[in-house]
Amino acid sequence: MKPTIKKPKRRPWRPIAPKLVVGIPYAWLIAFFLVPFLIVLKISLSQSAIAQPPYTPVLTLAAGLHGIRDFFAGLSIDNYLLLASDPLYLLSYVKSVEIAAFSTIILLAIGYPIAYGMARTPRRIQAVLVLLVVLPFWTSFLIRIYAWMNILQHDGPLNQLLMALHIVREPPVWLATDTAIYIGIVYSYLPFMVLPLYATLEKLDPSLLEAAADLGCPQWKTFWLVTLPLSAPGVLAGVLLCFIPIIGEFVIPDLLGGSQNPMIGQTIWTEFFGNKDWPTASAVAVVLVCLLVAPIVIFQHQALRTAGEN
Amino acid sequence: MQSLEPGHGPATMTDWTPSDAKTRSLLRVERLSKRFNGTVAVEQLSLDIYQGEFFALLGPSGCGKTTLLRMIAGFEQPNAGRIVLDGIDLAPVPPHRRPVNMMFQNYALFPHLNVEANIAFGLKQEGLPRAEIAQRVADMLALLKLDNLGRRKPQELSGGQRQRVALARSLVKRPRVLLLDEPMAALDKKLRDETRFELMELQRRLGLTFIIVTHDQSEAMIVADRIGVMDRGRLIQVGPPPQIYERPNSRWIADFIGDVNLFEGFVGNDGASVEGTAAGRLRLSGKIDAKPGVLVWVAVRPERMLITRDRPPTEVENSVPGTVAEIGYLGDLSIYKLRIADGSIVKASIAHTGRLTEPRLSADERVWLSFLPEAAIVLTR
Repeated sequence: MKPTIKKPKRRPWRPIAPKLVVGIPYAWLIAFFLVPFLIVLKISLSQSAIAQPPYTPVLTLAAGLHGIRDFFAGLSIDNYLLLASDPLYLLSYVKSVEIAAFSTIILLAIGYPIAYGMARTPRRIQAVLVLLVVLPFWTSFLIRIYAWMNILQHDGPLNQLLMALHIVREPPVWLATDTAIYIGIVYSYLPFMVLPLYATLEKLDPSLLEAAADLGCPQWKTFWLVTLPLSAPGVLAGVLLCFIPIIGEFVIPDLLGGSQNPMIGQTIWTEFFGNKDWPTASAVAVVLVCLLVAPIVIFQHQALRTAGEN
Repeated sequence: MQSLEPGHGPATMTDWTPSDAKTRSLLRVERLSKRFNGTVAVEQLSLDIYQGEFFALLGPSGCGKTTLLRMIAGFEQPNAGRIVLDGIDLAPVPPHRRPVNMMFQNYALFPHLNVEANIAFGLKQEGLPRAEIAQRVADMLALLKLDNLGRRKPQELSGGQRQRVALARSLVKRPRVLLLDEPMAALDKKLRDETRFELMELQRRLGLTFIIVTHDQSEAMIVADRIGVMDRGRLIQVGPPPQIYERPNSRWIADFIGDVNLFEGFVGNDGASVEGTAAGRLRLSGKIDAKPGVLVWVAVRPERMLITRDRPPTEVENSVPGTVAEIGYLGDLSIYKLRIADGSIVKASIAHTGRLTEPRLSADERVWLSFLPEAAIVLTR
């Protein structure tokens, strides 16, 4: 008689821990991103009311199915129609995207040479340079912006310096201008541009640059043909890390900029705290999230593609 | 394949002989020195490389051979001395204008470009017409058997394929001199053995001048027409492989290239023998190039040593008794370490030719070691 091996009836044991570990980030995202977003989405479909909370309808499960039907009947897209009809909101979005786009370009133009220089210095000095780049984080962001208010004011250090050097005859106005917003944003976001760029440039194999030179490529051309394409992931990461938060920036334009043409963060603040209109503020926020999702999707797509290549 | 031949039209393999090629110095290195933060990398080095030859720079790691190669390519600036190619001093010529190409040890393939674009990179810098670039790239792919890999990215290739792409990329520009920095270091042994012969074949077929840097002496011996052995920034000996092996100019070379037994002694009064060695008085085949009484070393390769159970006839003067201390069996040959009277170890290797007339030796067996006067050479330093 041939020996037979009993087939186990039960399905083979699979460890459950890996699935749990994978589940943690999802749980986090659901609890702290999706659920709040759905709440904001719901408020954006509500109407402003003088009550607690300041909007209707409010879902009351005590009324049973009837209550739920009433609740859904009370929702409307009126707030979104308002956003479309009043040019204030459109201008605010355009201004935000414009400031975010231009300051990201300026950040890239300043950040790339800094990161490039850092990556090419001897290794012992590199650690010090990285420390210097993140050093501003050790001081409160708000204090640094207040410091800029001081620097940029009419008789502030900047104008005193410009007058002393005879660069200007009359002290120029900085505060409450777009220039001040750009100065504040570029100053605040520079580390977010420099660090991802530095991370990719630092990994660049110097023998690739030698190979390009060996094959007849002058140094400036090697930059375009080898260095820049190979640092593309760093450029993309830096651009998104700056562009996305700058669009929603509130503190810098509020403290350094003027009041005539607010950025979208200021508009949300005014609707929420000034007009006490939670539903409109929520609608503005939902549209902003949708605007930001597009670049994030592009980033994800790019990240997956590079991951697939390696 | 005609387009790959250098200037003078089609050539066949038979046209190329080493003697033809060595009539003219192509690359001249004159008293070249290089220091890094005070440490000497290359010291007062002079060397001539001839048109069409395969030259190997051989030496232990850190001997300065790669630095020399990088100075020829233009990646390092010498502190003193000159490098002259085709009669032109290369000092003011930046790397991208030098008519030499380098194959890097890590291959340095551009990861963002596919195989074709990697190979075409150098040709594009010359501003050649698109059709010619395509033709030359296709020829190179065919020559190095990479035909259907043109669209792949370097990271999708095996180590051997990457090595071929690196070779193709540096060859496609038809350099006056091709520099190869440890080109086979990253390959496994089997592939390395095959690639050596392919590299020789390729060099002969294209008639180009190759300079290879290696720390592997068998690699240098196989591929090169001439070897330059370097140590601590200096060129110790230059010559064809048989000359380096048979006529080393110092104990260091004799020991570095292959294996050797050294017997220290003094030149005898007849000028043709060495006295006072651990193996007694040793007779040499010719007159020794040193005065009687001078300290010299008699060098004998292990494969030139003879082992016999019986004492050799008395007319063979170069013989000494010993006991078998260790036996290393390598399949094609066995290496014996034998202890002689003064306690020192003498190595002898016996090839297994398949006609084993005598039974193999066993440990602690008492035997006689001998060698013919012609088998030994005398080293004065």
